[in-house]
Amino acid sequence: MSERAMSGFDELTHVRAKEVIARYPVARSALLPLLHLVQSVEGCVSQDGIRFCAELLDLSTAEVSAVATFYTMYKRTPCGEHLVSVCTNTLCAALGGDDIYRRLSERLGVGHEETAGEPGTTGSLTLEHAECLAACDLAPVIQVNYEYFDNQTVESAERLVEALQRGEKPHPTRGAPLTDLRTVELELAGFTEDPTVAAAAVAGNSAAPETLRGTMIAAERGWAAPAFPDEIPALPEKS
Amino acid sequence: MSDILTPVLTSRWAQENSWTLETYERTGGYRAMRTALAGHPDQLIQLCKDSGLRGRGGAGFPTGMKWSFIPQGGEGAGAKPKYLVINADEGEPGTCKDIPTMMADPHSLIEGCIITSYAIRANFCAIYVRGEALHPIRRLRAAVAEAYAQGYLGTDILGTGFDLEIVVHAGAGAYICGEETALLDSLEGRRGQPRLKPPFPATAGLYASPTVVNNVETIASVPYIVAGGAEWFRTMGSEKSPGPKIYSVSGHVERPGQYEAPMGITLRTLLELAGGMKDGIPLKFWTPGGSSTPMFTAEHLDVPLDFEGAAGAGSMLGTTAVQVFNETVSVPWAVMKWTEFYKHESCGKCTPCREGTYWLVQILERMVHGEGTESDVETLLDVCDNILGRSFCALGDGATSPITSGIKYFRQEFLDLIAEQPAVARPEQLADVELTGAPA
Ligand SMILES: Cc1cc2nc3c(=O)[nH]c(=O)nc-3n(C[C@H](O)[C@H](O)[C@H](O)COP(=O)(O)O)c2cc1C
Ligand code: SF4
Ligand code: FES
Repeated sequence: MSERAMSGFDELTHVRAKEVIARYPVARSALLPLLHLVQSVEGCVSQDGIRFCAELLDLSTAEVSAVATFYTMYKRTPCGEHLVSVCTNTLCAALGGDDIYRRLSERLGVGHEETAGEPGTTGSLTLEHAECLAACDLAPVIQVNYEYFDNQTVESAERLVEALQRGEKPHPTRGAPLTDLRTVELELAGFTEDPTVAAAAVAGNSAAPETLRGTMIAAERGWAAPAFPDEIPALPEKS
Repeated sequence: MSDILTPVLTSRWAQENSWTLETYERTGGYRAMRTALAGHPDQLIQLCKDSGLRGRGGAGFPTGMKWSFIPQGGEGAGAKPKYLVINADEGEPGTCKDIPTMMADPHSLIEGCIITSYAIRANFCAIYVRGEALHPIRRLRAAVAEAYAQGYLGTDILGTGFDLEIVVHAGAGAYICGEETALLDSLEGRRGQPRLKPPFPATAGLYASPTVVNNVETIASVPYIVAGGAEWFRTMGSEKSPGPKIYSVSGHVERPGQYEAPMGITLRTLLELAGGMKDGIPLKFWTPGGSSTPMFTAEHLDVPLDFEGAAGAGSMLGTTAVQVFNETVSVPWAVMKWTEFYKHESCGKCTPCREGTYWLVQILERMVHGEGTESDVETLLDVCDNILGRSFCALGDGATSPITSGIKYFRQEFLDLIAEQPAVARPEQLADVELTGAPA
C-alpha cells in the first residue's frame, strides 16, 4: 500500500473502510459503500478516492473508475453543502416539477450537477434534476441531501433554496433534521458521528397524510382484512 | 367477499413509533418467526406455494416456486452457501410502495427475511436499497440493530441453531440495478449491468451461488402468510392473484396516496377512494403499474387490477403504480419524458436499447417541438419493434410500452403535432415548450 496514495484519508476513514469490507462475504461488495465513504470525506469521488478504494480492494483504478462513473450519486466535482434534487420524471413534471427545476436553475444560475457558491462552504448548493424518487403520491418532490421535501410548488421551492443559502436548515417533510451532504454520505456508508443525533434522525417523521390515506379510510369505514386465526395454523406437510 | 380496503402490510403504519421493535411486537410481530423456525424449511416453501403469493416487484413470478428452485443437499450447487437478496431499489416511475413500507414498518421486512432465509437455508441476506432512499435505510438499519440485540439475528437465533446475518446495502443511483441480475452485479461491487440468463440466480446468483431475489413487498407479506395461513391469504384477491396489495395512486386525483386492497380492485374504485379526479378535470390516461406497463384510458376504468386482468386488457400489473393524468396533459409530451428516462437509464450493454432509446428521444423531442414529419409515427413504431423482444433485459421492452400504447390510444395527438392546425386543444406542456423553445 503506497503511503502517498492513502495520505488523503485519515486514520478514522481507514478504520471505517475496514469495517465496511468486513460486512460482506466477498470484499469487493464493499465498493459502493466505500465510494459513499470517500464522498463523505471529499465531497465528491476524486482520483485520490478512487485510488484509496482500489488499493483497499486490490483492484485497478480503472476498475474502480468504471464503477464510480456508472452511478449518478457519485459526483466527479466537489458538491455544495447541500445537494438539491428536483424530480422531473413525468408525473412530477406534469404537476410542476419541470417548472420548479427551471426556476431554481435560473435563480441559482446553475444547471444540472452544477454548484452555486464555493463548494463546501455554508449555503453552497449543487442542483440536479432527478428521476422518479419513489414519492409520486407526494408530487412534485424535491430531495435535499436525500431527505424528502414533498408537495412542492415553485414558490415553496424558492423559499427552501433561499433558506438553505442563508445557512438555515428547514425541516424536511419526511426524514431527519437536515445536516449536510457529507454527513449523509457517511450515513449511507453506514456510519454516524453522534448517537443522540442518530437516534433523533431515526425518529424523523415518515408518515405523510398520503402515506396513511388507505389505512385511515379503512379505519373510518370499519374495513379490515379478514381476521387472523386465533392460533397460528400448523405448517403444511412438506411435499 | 372481503372489504374494499384490507390493510395488512399497511396495518401498522398509523401506529405511534410504528418502526420500532416495541410497536412491532406489541402488534403481533415476530410470532410468525417462532412458528417458522420450529418447522422444517420445506414446510415453509410449501406454505408459500399454497398461499399463491406472487412477486410484487413487477413480474409476478410465484414466490414459493422460486424458493423451491434453490438446490439443496450436499452436492453440486446445493453444497454452496445460499443467499437471500431483497430488491429495494424501487425506481420504476410511479412506484412508491416499498419506501413507505421500509420507513413505517421495517421489522415486517426483517421478519420476512428471517423466515425466507430459513426456508431457503441462507445464512446471509442483503437488502439492496436505492441510495436515494436515505430515511428507509436509516430505519432499516435501526431495526436490524434492534433485531440483533433481541437475538433474532446473528448466531443460533432463539436457540434453534439457525444463523443469519443481514446487511442493509445502499445503492448509488441507477434504475437498471432494480433488474435482478444487474442488482447482483452491483452488489458485487461492479457496474450494474444485467447478466445473461441462464444460469438463473437460483443456481448461480450472488458470488455464483444459489440466490433468491425478491421484492420488499413480497417478503414483507411472508410473516402474515405464516401467521394467517394460506387459506387466510387466499380470502383476498383471486385464485391466480391472491392476497392484499399496495396500490400507489398518484397524479391528478384529489387524494393521492397508498391504498392496500385485495388484488383485483379497479381504477373506478380507487378513484372513488381518492376523492375523484382533481378539480373535476376528466381522466385522459393512466398506468396500471408504472411507466413500463402500457397505458390505459377511461375505457379501462373497470379492468380488475390483478395479474390476469391487466394482461387481459393489453397491459401488465407491474408494480401497481397507478399514475393518473388528466386532459391537460399531452400524451406525446408524457411519452417523450418517459423515453428520456429510459434513454438516461439504459445501461448501454445491448445495441437495440442503447441506440434505440437514443433515436426514440431524438424523434419525440423533435415532434414535441413542432418539427415532426409525416413519417415520424411509423418510424417510432418501427424502432420500438426493433427493441421489443430483441433487447438483453426488460428495460428495453419497458421503454417501448409508453410509445406503442400512447400511439395506440392517441395516434391523432401525435399526428396533430405535425399538422398545422391541431384538432385537439394544445395541452399546457406544449404551450410551454413553444414559449421557451428549449428541450426539457
Ligand atoms: C429495469 C428493471 C427494473 C426493475 N426494478 C425493480 C425494483 O426496483 N424492485 C423490484 O423489486 N424489482 C424490480 N425489477 C424486477 C426484478 O428484476 C425482479 O423481477 C424482482 O426483483 C423479483 O422479485 P419478486 O419476484 O419478489 O417480484 C426490475 C426489472 C427491470 C427489468
Ligand atoms: S435492454 Fe437496455 S438496460 Fe437492458 S441490457 Fe440492454 S442496454 Fe442495458
Ligand atoms: S415521478 Fe417524481 S417521485 Fe415519482
